[in-house]
Amino acid sequence: MSILKKALTTAALASILMAGAAQAETKRIALVVKALGIGFFEAANKGAEEAAKELGDVEIIYTGPTDTTAEGQIEVINSLIAQKVDAIAISANDTDALVPTLKKAMDRGITVISWDSGVAKEGRQMHLNPSSSALIGNTIIKLAADHLPEGGEVAVLSATTTSTNQNTWIEEMNKVMGNYPGITVVGTVYGDDLADKSYREAQGLMQTYPNLKAIIAPTSVGIVAAAQAVTDAGKVGQVNVTGLGLPSEMAGHVKSGASKSFAIWNPIDLGYAATMIAYNLNTGKATAEPGAEIPMGRMGSAKLDENGEAAMADPFTYDASNIDQFSSIF
Amino acid sequence: MTSLSTRHIPDRLQSPMTRATRSWEALLLLVAIAIFIANSLASPYFLDPWNLSDASFNFTEKALIAFAMAMLVIAGEIDLSVASIIALCSTVMGAAMMAGVPVWGLVALGLGTGLACGAFNGLLVAGFGLPSIVVTIGTMSLFRGLSFIALGDGAYTGYPAGFAWFGQGYVWWVFSFELVLFVVMALLFSILLHRTNFGRLVYVIGNNATAARFSGVRVDRVRFILFLLTGLMSGIAAICLTSRLGSTRPSIATGFELEVVTMVVLGGVSILGGSGSIPGVVIAALVMGLVTFGLGLLNVPGIVMSIIVGALLIGVIALPRLWAMWRR
Repeated sequence: MSILKKALTTAALASILMAGAAQAETKRIALVVKALGIGFFEAANKGAEEAAKELGDVEIIYTGPTDTTAEGQIEVINSLIAQKVDAIAISANDTDALVPTLKKAMDRGITVISWDSGVAKEGRQMHLNPSSSALIGNTIIKLAADHLPEGGEVAVLSATTTSTNQNTWIEEMNKVMGNYPGITVVGTVYGDDLADKSYREAQGLMQTYPNLKAIIAPTSVGIVAAAQAVTDAGKVGQVNVTGLGLPSEMAGHVKSGASKSFAIWNPIDLGYAATMIAYNLNTGKATAEPGAEIPMGRMGSAKLDENGEAAMADPFTYDASNIDQFSSIF
Repeated sequence: MTSLSTRHIPDRLQSPMTRATRSWEALLLLVAIAIFIANSLASPYFLDPWNLSDASFNFTEKALIAFAMAMLVIAGEIDLSVASIIALCSTVMGAAMMAGVPVWGLVALGLGTGLACGAFNGLLVAGFGLPSIVVTIGTMSLFRGLSFIALGDGAYTGYPAGFAWFGQGYVWWVFSFELVLFVVMALLFSILLHRTNFGRLVYVIGNNATAARFSGVRVDRVRFILFLLTGLMSGIAAICLTSRLGSTRPSIATGFELEVVTMVVLGGVSILGGSGSIPGVVIAALVMGLVTFGLGLLNVPGIVMSIIVGALLIGVIALPRLWAMWRR
């Protein structure tokens, strides 16, 4: 074989390899949401695009059905499988119904993760929760304590007595009470996630405990009702309302001062983190196994538990400085 | 007397060939072929047997119901409760599965529940003479309501492995059980509607129920049977869908009834009753499946997709009318 021929072959081979590499370079990651046209998910898409820009070689396919049905999502997933995307990151409309289709996707070599609303264990490689019960429990008491340097009496306005989520969060909150000396929880009342009942319960709290400094409402209905009750009682500045709420519903109360700050997950961070994880799993930079730590760019890393689930971060705090930016999103 | 008349009176029927080429089905077939070609050009992933096989699941279950619905609409009735029948059938099968009933028992229960729901609709419409649109709007809430009562926000999961075959299994190569069932049912319903006395009666009732009754046709019995048939097909669709999802939730098949009716109307069945054909519905099912899958491959948002399907429906229905007006 002459040197020229060898050189030519090498060059040809190199160009083929490079072409192959160039093609394999762009990773197509599909961000599948519950339904299109929902502010929360549009914001998550913003985060995903941010991650794509940071990674450089990623194309985001933002898609989802018209209404929040499992059947609609299955059609979407089928067309993504057909396009041979590299990864699917889904917020599921149904924990179980998507499993057979997502299994098929994984069989064909697609990386599948769920985020926000999870898929049963067999149908995904890992699930990213926006936060964890322990982090939420800590956050809600911390939000109250941050504005009470001298301590004081606080009360909890929850949803129903049987609400699993709220009960778990309050339990987690009680575990960490020792870290916040001077703060005492004087009572817990239940507004049943009804606006009028929550309003009356908040009024009752202020009457029963005249020294009340803060109301913690870990429910989006309760927090709005409590803020309204504080405003109507003329106790803005005296009683701070905090907890978990939606920026769009809380914007007015943050501006009036009835609520100094509150928390909820940040959808932008969630979309960003889901994309980072999908990318790292797909490129083999991390593997989804119990105990594994998967890097999520600026969000740190996600540690998987024995169910393949991970918590992203503390709930994101919203206050006067950022409420306008987010109240238009969700 | 020379200017008597120049009106053309045909002395024979159009040849079957001419009729076939000018028919609705031919127009629809052209649309289907055009969409197929457009899809193949638009996406490199379209012409792949496995992808097409996956895509067929988008329409097979709805089409199964559409066959029975077509007959019902031709007879001048409608059943809007079909999606809720699916939910109830699926819930009954789920409850039975939890109680340890084997696969054949689940299938029997699914079919039985579908028949029972169909019989209930049929009894109210044919037995008590109530308008079918009112009755089935009522049972639409009733049947799904029952599954909500049984399940709440829970779900039945863990169907036996053998049950998965109906919605996820393949008979041969890329031909799934659902696809084969779709073809078999298309043939059976074509024969039933176009080749039997019963089929003729359906058209007769749809064109003039009063005249049919005075001619000795047992109108109510035919109507009752048609509702039974629709219930049965919904039961079959419920088995396929439940098996495909591997789980039951009361929100299963939400919105299917409108897609089924769309298929029927797009297939050329007159919503006023009296005319239409099964081949038309088959092609309409293919058209809808091809459109949604093709657009899905291009990642067109679902909202835009519904607009396109809506435009297609109006377009295909308006075109022949406009054509007729223009010729006049």
